[in-house]
Amino acid sequence: MPGIENANPFAYVSTETIPQSPPPTAEKGVAGWLKKNLFATPRDTVLTIIVALILLWLVPPMLNWLFFDAVWTGDGREACLGEHVGACWAFVEAKFGQFMYGRYPVELRWRVDLTGILLIAGLVPIAIPSVPYKRENALYLLVIFPVVAFMLLTGWPFLEPVETTRWGGLLVTLVVAIVGIVVSFPLGILLALGRRSNLPIVKTMSIIFIEFWRGVPLITVLFMSSVMLPLFLPADVSFDKLLRALIGVALFSSAYMAEVIRGGLQAIPKGQYEAANAMALTFWQGMRLIILPQALKLVIPGIVNTFIGLFKDTSLVLIIGIFDLLGIVQQNFTDTNWISPATPATGLVFAAFVYFIFCFGMSRYSAFMEQRLDTGHKR
Amino acid sequence: MAHTDGVADGTEDSGRASLLYDPKARGLFFQAVLIIVVAYLVYSGISNAAGNLARAGIASGFGFFEERAGFEIGQTLIHYTNDSTYFRAFLVGLLNTLMVSALGILFATIIGFVVGLARLSRNYLIRKLATVYVETLRNIPLLLQLLFWYKAVLAVLPNPRETGLEQGTTVLWTLNNRGLYIPRLIPEAGASAILIAVVIAIALWVVIGMWASKRQMKTGQQFPTFLTGLGIFIVLPVLTFFLTGMPFDVEFSALQGFNMSGGTVIRPEFIALLLGLSLYTASFIAEIVRAGILAVAKGQTEAAYALGLSPNHTSRLVIIPQAMRVIIPPLTSQYLNLTKNSSLAVAIGYPDLVAVFGGTVLNQTGQAVEVITITMLVYLTISLLTSAFMNWFNARVALVER
Repeated sequence: MPGIENANPFAYVSTETIPQSPPPTAEKGVAGWLKKNLFATPRDTVLTIIVALILLWLVPPMLNWLFFDAVWTGDGREACLGEHVGACWAFVEAKFGQFMYGRYPVELRWRVDLTGILLIAGLVPIAIPSVPYKRENALYLLVIFPVVAFMLLTGWPFLEPVETTRWGGLLVTLVVAIVGIVVSFPLGILLALGRRSNLPIVKTMSIIFIEFWRGVPLITVLFMSSVMLPLFLPADVSFDKLLRALIGVALFSSAYMAEVIRGGLQAIPKGQYEAANAMALTFWQGMRLIILPQALKLVIPGIVNTFIGLFKDTSLVLIIGIFDLLGIVQQNFTDTNWISPATPATGLVFAAFVYFIFCFGMSRYSAFMEQRLDTGHKR
Repeated sequence: MAHTDGVADGTEDSGRASLLYDPKARGLFFQAVLIIVVAYLVYSGISNAAGNLARAGIASGFGFFEERAGFEIGQTLIHYTNDSTYFRAFLVGLLNTLMVSALGILFATIIGFVVGLARLSRNYLIRKLATVYVETLRNIPLLLQLLFWYKAVLAVLPNPRETGLEQGTTVLWTLNNRGLYIPRLIPEAGASAILIAVVIAIALWVVIGMWASKRQMKTGQQFPTFLTGLGIFIVLPVLTFFLTGMPFDVEFSALQGFNMSGGTVIRPEFIALLLGLSLYTASFIAEIVRAGILAVAKGQTEAAYALGLSPNHTSRLVIIPQAMRVIIPPLTSQYLNLTKNSSLAVAIGYPDLVAVFGGTVLNQTGQAVEVITITMLVYLTISLLTSAFMNWFNARVALVER
């Protein structure tokens, strides 16, 4: 319709675009954020005020206890006694060596340190996706490292031997957790495949095994491995206490791992199995090349959650008298040189912090891997 | 035999495949090997155990159940003295386990749902607070948390004399390092009438609920079932209480010398265990609840609003029923975990099944095989029963598909 602009009969219609106005001040910036997130409705406002008051009541005393009133240096309990004394960090400082190594001989602790460095040297490159040589790296971690670590830690056969009863602290926690993880993963895959097998006996046995371990608490498993297992072995065979606990933990967590992996196997469409068969792959080839890479990728969060659970559960070994991190911290509460009202809380907060770092780190890494491997299997 | 090796080799071009490549034969062979290996392990284990036990002079069998236990237990729900049998001790432990698990499940569910909803709150402060709660408690071992409550919080409370109470003055409640003291209700004659009133009230509530849903199906009219039921539930027992002439005597606790006397005491071991179990499991339940609610598509909310449902009705009739389907299976395994985790009681000295039976009884009788087997079987039974119940419940709320 030409000419409409020239002869505008509607004088009240604007001929030019009005420029955009800025949003109302209550909708943008700090004020907008506050309104949206804290004071959206009267109910929200009330809740915000209540929560803020609770935080004001809780947080300053906690900070005082942790930092401002805390005792940072001292050689004994006298430093940590008093009316308004917070955490007794001097206790942690004095016992730090024990918390890390247990009663491992001081002059041989370099062996533990070296093992730790070797582990980190293997773990860091495999955790960063862009670093090449993943196959060699995995070979190092799964074959070479365990042998070297075993020889370094026990001293067998070249170095001065160190009994496992002298191991303790974070060292034992990590040994139990890593052995549990490394053993339970392949065992879990085998059990999961067994549970989905068509062979009736294999299937039944896998189900019984899995359901049994999942139905009982870990403590009874540890009791069993420490009290009952020696009975079932020939009289002349005697087992290391730590090794018995390791067997219990590994069997226990493999059952949980199996259920997680089974979930992944079930999520793979049937066509993938049939395709593997059609390609004339053998069962194991099909599993290794087609099914497991997809299934495991799907259940990475579940696997990592099992690892985190296993890591936390390692603390239970203290009940059968193995001094892991928590065990050694707890044992030191009875040290007469350090008995004070603040000691247990300090020691436990320290241990909690260490466990938190490891577990939180694992869960963040799993979230990162989940994002990276998300190549479209969500339906 | 879909996944076992097929006869796909080109070399086997005619006639029957060699037995080596026959999936059926291979399957049978592997299973036979498996049976032989397992049977050998079981046999050698049993024969070793028999030999070892005979050498150590340990009796076997379950005769010890009838013997006198001879030890005290700190907290008992049923009558128990050190003259009671081992079986009685076993029952005491089992009941303690069941009680702490049931209460733990109740509290963990309540806290978990509240925190889970708080994580989805519009309010920044509440959302972040809930996140900090979940991330902290989830990543610290339960055993450590139990020890924390027990050794770092409850054990350093003042003793009864330091709490500032006056000698002999009764108090409603007091918390010190001996535990939490609350009044004790001593039932007198006629007290059972109140229990009956409670049962009747629950039955009435159920009947009203059934009648109301039937009427709603027929006429579309709604009935305030919850409020009516709650009213009956409160009014009826209270009324009975006054009609029967208040058949309860209340005993308050008071400071007597160095210790408290009177009232009921809830021991610090129990408080620590219940706190630890509830707070720890609640952090997992919160995540399950959050995931369940997020799993309900946004279109459902929009559809409910389009139909004119109020926000309240939308969450009650549309969102929650659908979220429950996602929530219930993982919730079940959390309940089972809580029950199994209650065995950590042994670390702080609460007399649960593992501490009483797997600890003291095992040490006194030395019959490790029987004691540990029974303990494991009990937990296994609880696990299987709970999961059977939850499967039934799950089937009831499951999506009915065409």
